[in-house]
Amino acid sequence: MSSQNMSLNLKIWRQKGPKAEGKLVDYRVDNVSPDMSFLEMIDVLNEQLVRKGEDTIAFDHDCREGICGMCSMTIDGKAHGGFKNTTTCQVHMRLYKNGDTIVIEPFRAMAFPIVKDLTVDRGAIDKVMIAGGYISANTGNAPDANAMLIPKPIADEAMDAAACIGCGACVASCPNGSGMLFMGAKISQLALLPQGKAEAPKRALNMVQVHDSLNFGNCTTHAECEATCPKGISIEHIARMNREYMKAAFTYYEKKNAGGGV
Amino acid sequence: MVTSAVNHYFRSSIGRKQLVAVTGLLLCGFLVSHLTGNLLLLVSSDAFNLYAHKLASLGGVLYLIEGVLTFIFLLHMGLAIKLTSENIQSRGKYEMKKKTGRGTTFMSQTMPFTGLMLLVFLILHLKSLKFGTMYEVTIDGIVMRDLTRTTIEYFASVGNTVWYVVAMVAAALHTAHGFSSAFQSLGWNHPKYYRNVKYLGYLYAVTIAGGFAFLSVWCHMKGA
Repeated sequence: MSSQNMSLNLKIWRQKGPKAEGKLVDYRVDNVSPDMSFLEMIDVLNEQLVRKGEDTIAFDHDCREGICGMCSMTIDGKAHGGFKNTTTCQVHMRLYKNGDTIVIEPFRAMAFPIVKDLTVDRGAIDKVMIAGGYISANTGNAPDANAMLIPKPIADEAMDAAACIGCGACVASCPNGSGMLFMGAKISQLALLPQGKAEAPKRALNMVQVHDSLNFGNCTTHAECEATCPKGISIEHIARMNREYMKAAFTYYEKKNAGGGV
Repeated sequence: MVTSAVNHYFRSSIGRKQLVAVTGLLLCGFLVSHLTGNLLLLVSSDAFNLYAHKLASLGGVLYLIEGVLTFIFLLHMGLAIKLTSENIQSRGKYEMKKKTGRGTTFMSQTMPFTGLMLLVFLILHLKSLKFGTMYEVTIDGIVMRDLTRTTIEYFASVGNTVWYVVAMVAAALHTAHGFSSAFQSLGWNHPKYYRNVKYLGYLYAVTIAGGFAFLSVWCHMKGA
């Protein structure tokens, strides 16, 4: 780890628009502090481009503290750089050496069409969420934290799944471009808790149906998603989704005249 | 809603991969019985012939079993090809992804290739052995097919034996990933025992493919 500022060679994917042909363009950025985050390093490069009057590099970012799931780069061929439990914004330049060449691309998946440069449209993830990633009961104001007691192991398991920030790294790292880890985390989280359990079968059916209708692939248990996930979400949640879905497909039905009355 | 949910199951990503998983595990079971039968070659030439004769004399039942087996195999293969082609589509145009080294394995990445290799192997295997040269032998006054001779003659060739062993390596790679992956697809993953399911898959792959490969070499040594 050096405290000396570095010079880096970057190969960055430039693409003018969704339909345009993209290509890797060489850039050189000097005076990079090892304390900078990866995104700050690109900010520095963008400042240089502005001064030269060139088009800046478009990239997604928001909280820059690893919780919003907005940053979405493929660094040296790996989503979020492939560091364990780390989003792109939490990758720091101290991980690189003076003179390194870094290849920066957008997330690569059919489900995520490129908007511009490093920005992709991850709306497909929202579509899956809209299909059932919530509970529809009106819960009113936030209840007292201990009003509904949930055994610790189950609460922990649900929390592990709830850690998903919907960044889409699982899709981008999957050799099949599948959205199973993301969807598994959502279905798993809600199926584990009493508030979500009531609608679990319908949720599983609807979310899987929408997932399949989009450009996502199928799971072949490579587990590359689990290795890449910045929140360390396990493919155990995919397994839970698989059984939730199977159970729902064979047992779920809706009563036509539920409710009764006169 | 009842019917539509089940209908969707058989068209969905999860439903189809669960069918691939179930058929794959059934085929794994078939390989166990196949290898057990083949091991009779080590007992004696007559023992293997008697076993084959016993099977052949099942008549209609055997055809039924063969029909079911063919159906399982075609379902496994057909769905796997369909799912793989969809996956290639979803991968997108640019294949610049590198692996983290903590996820994919050589076995998981080569599943479509080892699968296709096993298909080619299966066709040639049926052609040269099941529908291979017919010899007759009389054991205890009963005339039956001398399958032992067909087998020994086939493996007398170095080329045939090498190809067989190569195909068994493919079978080992295919089942080493497929076995545990099938359990995952069916939802049987557990923080404690899934690791053991993985090891069981490796053990299965090495034992079964190793057993077949050993027998082919043994037949080669006997025939050459």
